[in-house]
Amino acid sequence: MGKTISEKILSQHAGKDLYAVDIGLCEVDFCFGQDGTSGLIIDRFKDLGVKEVFDKSKFFLFIDHSAPSPSIGVSEVHKKMRHFAKTFDIGLYDIGCGVCHQLVPQMGHITCGDLVIGADSHTCTYGALNIFSTGVGSTDLAITVASGRNWFRVPETIKVLINGSLPKGVYSKDIILHVIKDIGANGATYKAIEFYGSSISSLSVDARFTISNMAVEMGAKAGIMEADKKVLKWVSRRSKKEPRPVSADPGAKYTAVKEYDVSNLSPKVAKPHAVDNVADIEEISGLKIDQAYLGTCTNGRLEDMEIAAKIIRGKRVHPDVKFVVAPASREIYIEALKKGFMETFIEAGACVVGPGCGPCVGTHNGVLADNEVAISTANRNFKGRMGNPNSFIYLASPATVAASALKGLIADPREYKRRL
Amino acid sequence: MKHFARRLKLKDNINTDYVISGRFKFAIQDPKELSIHIFEDIDPTFASRVHKGDILVAGENFGCGSSREQAPLALKQAGFYAIAAKNFARIFYRNSFNIGLMLVECNTDFIDDGDELELNIDKAKLKDISKGLVLDIAPLPYLMRTFLEDGGVIGYFKKHGGFGGEIK
Repeated sequence: MGKTISEKILSQHAGKDLYAVDIGLCEVDFCFGQDGTSGLIIDRFKDLGVKEVFDKSKFFLFIDHSAPSPSIGVSEVHKKMRHFAKTFDIGLYDIGCGVCHQLVPQMGHITCGDLVIGADSHTCTYGALNIFSTGVGSTDLAITVASGRNWFRVPETIKVLINGSLPKGVYSKDIILHVIKDIGANGATYKAIEFYGSSISSLSVDARFTISNMAVEMGAKAGIMEADKKVLKWVSRRSKKEPRPVSADPGAKYTAVKEYDVSNLSPKVAKPHAVDNVADIEEISGLKIDQAYLGTCTNGRLEDMEIAAKIIRGKRVHPDVKFVVAPASREIYIEALKKGFMETFIEAGACVVGPGCGPCVGTHNGVLADNEVAISTANRNFKGRMGNPNSFIYLASPATVAASALKGLIADPREYKRRL
Repeated sequence: MKHFARRLKLKDNINTDYVISGRFKFAIQDPKELSIHIFEDIDPTFASRVHKGDILVAGENFGCGSSREQAPLALKQAGFYAIAAKNFARIFYRNSFNIGLMLVECNTDFIDDGDELELNIDKAKLKDISKGLVLDIAPLPYLMRTFLEDGGVIGYFKKHGGFGGEIK
């Protein structure tokens, strides 16, 4: 019987044939926690009474969600993480290093064909590198840190084909918002998604991460792509691990096949307070904004910085807008500095904050006031997500966010297409 | 054992940010203190209406979004005996059984806030006594029942010395 990519990767890691709905016990290639989940990971690991972590090269801690700490409570969690890392001699990426979902692939911890779990729901991001990666909770992570394994229910798979060449000013963020609108917040619950098509092939690896990152917003367990030359080159530059590319068999079973043509796609915006509440830019442009945010594990990469900088260059951010920029990692920050993107943002009036999750999770670096409206490149617009339940979050691409920051209104980035 | 239903106005896609907002999750470590703030952003008085033994009732895709285990922990600490929904987001599903909080999947359309409920896991039935309804619930997978019996996956792991070679 033919297998999907998920069935193959999980079978390989269980050492036996597994198909959709089977439950298997699998070896995990890499796992990690961040500062919102690691306090509990450490507690549960201690509850297990295990003396050592299963493999010091396969478990890391990341301080990114509230970095540097905005409060005593968070500082205590950070201290606990640092102490644990020292005691058990494991790696920790401290404040300033960046967002876990950028660092895990960038620092070469993972490669094609791996099975990865992270105590963060956006762990599905690495699907873009032909990896079965998925988010879990703290207790699940602790179990794996102790044993190197965990149980997995093999997901059924939806095949998503995306074809056509994207118009100028329209990006992978717009593609995934379009798909989420169609499939819905509950449309892929417990399933994996495999992404194919000419549009995916034409995208850079940076742009592909944006798509896999948001698979969980449809409830998906994983959002996987094939390992083409671009992926293999990207991975080989960063990881010493031997890539093991995995493709689906011709006879693989899919629960649904969805096809999209993006040749005439408009920029998309997800309106409050749900990610699948998506509108075309034409329906929403002109709405006054108070804050614009460029960054996060969805869109804080070098390419995102470049797109926004092209629109912003030589212009001023609207006087009524607070424009916050957070590069996803130190490496991206340095590259963006060298290429002049950061100078462009700062000269335009932006506030650049350190690499990290920043305002996306609502703990610091740009909490909204009552009735304020933000446009953000993040992946969630739930009520209260940016720290205030009485505020409103719109999600869009870096280009749309940059154009909106200049206008003070939700704006169509295609107006700047000669710059792009 | 009798229980009472607790419902929010919002039925579907109740995410874990709503269960416990990030601004509490990051700053508060004590589950007891966290449990005071459940659903605060969408219904500020909800927590005060919860009594020990209540069953939280929701629609589709309960627990979507963030992986925060503080969400099921705070609900368990608040006194909920179980959560009934049409279906659950997968991370929340794992997290709940891992900490020993029971989830049941059934058609929850006709259950109202305050309804008297009776849950029979062995017979896979949820009875709404107030409505005179008997609802079929999806049978709990063997592994989830084992986790519940052992008080969660930590108890399971310690009892069996890990996962062993095979799981059912």
